[in-house]
Amino acid sequence: MSEAEASSGVGLGDRDHLLGWLMLAPSLIYIAALVGLPFFLAIALSVTSATVGDPSIHGFVGLGNFVQVLHESAFPLALRNSVIVTLATLILTLVLATAESELLVRDFRGKRLLQILLILPWAMPVSLAAIDWLWLLDSEFSPVDWLLRHMHLLGPGSPLGPANHLYYYGKEWLGLGAIVMINVWRLLPFATIIVLAGRTSIPRDIFEQAQVDGAGFFRTLFSITLPALLPILMVASMFTALLVFGDMAVTALTTRGGPGYATQVLPYWAYLKGIDGGALSEGAAVALFMFPVLLVGAILALRMAYRTDSQGDQP
Amino acid sequence: MMPVLRRLGFYLGLLLFTLFAVFPIVWMVITAFKQDADLYDVANNPFLYNLPPTLKHVTFLFTGTNYSVFLWNSLFIGILVVVITLLLAVPAAYSLSRLVGHWGERSGIAIFLVYLIPPTLLFIPLYQIVTFLRAANTVWALVLVYPTITVPFCTWLLLGFFKSLPRELEEAALIDGCSRWQAFVRVALPLSLPGIATCIVFAFALSLSDYIYATVFVSSTASHTVSAGVPTELIRGDIYYWQSLMAAAAIVTIPLAVAYGLLFDRLVKGFQSDSAGSEATP
Repeated sequence: MSEAEASSGVGLGDRDHLLGWLMLAPSLIYIAALVGLPFFLAIALSVTSATVGDPSIHGFVGLGNFVQVLHESAFPLALRNSVIVTLATLILTLVLATAESELLVRDFRGKRLLQILLILPWAMPVSLAAIDWLWLLDSEFSPVDWLLRHMHLLGPGSPLGPANHLYYYGKEWLGLGAIVMINVWRLLPFATIIVLAGRTSIPRDIFEQAQVDGAGFFRTLFSITLPALLPILMVASMFTALLVFGDMAVTALTTRGGPGYATQVLPYWAYLKGIDGGALSEGAAVALFMFPVLLVGAILALRMAYRTDSQGDQP
Repeated sequence: MMPVLRRLGFYLGLLLFTLFAVFPIVWMVITAFKQDADLYDVANNPFLYNLPPTLKHVTFLFTGTNYSVFLWNSLFIGILVVVITLLLAVPAAYSLSRLVGHWGERSGIAIFLVYLIPPTLLFIPLYQIVTFLRAANTVWALVLVYPTITVPFCTWLLLGFFKSLPRELEEAALIDGCSRWQAFVRVALPLSLPGIATCIVFAFALSLSDYIYATVFVSSTASHTVSAGVPTELIRGDIYYWQSLMAAAAIVTIPLAVAYGLLFDRLVKGFQSDSAGSEATP
């Protein structure tokens, strides 16, 4: 191959193409075998009557499992809760991550120590984080309840009611609120890192110019920082949303979907049905309901990111 | 420079964020050393040691449970997953950014599509595949499937990184007589070390954190990870071994937080290719 061809940078040599495919092939084969194949298996399973006892895919039942699942009282609740928990976590995480990155973009004494403290929640496996919060909001020994009681906000004759405990995981909205809090807590460091990457790449002179022009903090935030951050906020929101929507550990270890199905979410319900209950096909059907929701969310996020991007490209 | 009011707000903000992050951890550490009689007394101030602290529950973790086995399994799986992830993702990302033409550079979106199929959708058929391969109930099941989570993420991250490297550097190496492969290994690879470091941290963290595969694919204690083993072993029906549970979480979390915290600025840089934003867009 001629040097001129290689150095032109426009036409790629055949050998480069071959090497390219050789370097790409292992990943493609791996993903096809362990994501692509199981994805189609999930679809195949969902239209059969497979169980843990008889996992073969031959008893074709068409859309029977989907109809069956749709008619269960848990379905609307699980779908609703998955969407609510994901959206609430997403909004809170993005707002807090933007605020936190605005603080961490500056230099100050003790920053290293603070970075260690702030990243703590993310260093913990999700299941252990859920258990930490289960104990933190325990029905009897919660220190949060204790603090509230000592501030006379909880207990007989107080604003939060006569009971001495709030029983966070035993109530529908408090339970969902707790699940959202746990998710925000564990994902905030991750989201902050992503947003901070975008924040530190905004050129400094833009801010200096704004200061010269007399723009205040909030004016600068809304007309310079946030528009510049939009693309990276989209990236942060996609990752956050996928991590929350697909997670079952938090629910499984705290409310266990209860009381009743009041705090049930799709992933944990799919697990209970498919693995615990042994109805593989119905579990797969529940899990598949997550796909269109994710797809719509992703398309919306990508379109927004694309729009802001192409606006940015205009002269 | 900063007016007094703004400076006050700045430190107040930092304080609130730190409190939010640290409060559950402080509660965890306090609990780990409490005696039963102290812990289970509603009248006590829960933040103080009303009875002398004890190491009993931490010792129990290492002598009465399989916690050390879980730690070892998590470490073993984590390291293998990091190695496999780098072997798959680094060449793939380089290939997409340089070698397979323009659609490769734009493949950020396709990688996101892989991410749209989360573990919760895949665990039932993957369970069958793992069983078919006779890997169920072993650590190998997890070594096999965790790269499905880490490879797309790291490929996406490194794709942005390679794209932000100036092409001229590799082209100069090609003119000097290097082959494409040599240009990749000697020029592009060393320059992308910050991105690779970020990948190592994220691949390890993602594999450690997984709960669903670890619970579904493995039921024998000897092969459990921290993530799945600690809840199964230390929660028996309605009985929670709170102090040991908290100690188990703290022992994993605090060293990792120190490591990740010291790498904080590097992790930020890892997301900072020309890219990260425009990467996702078609």
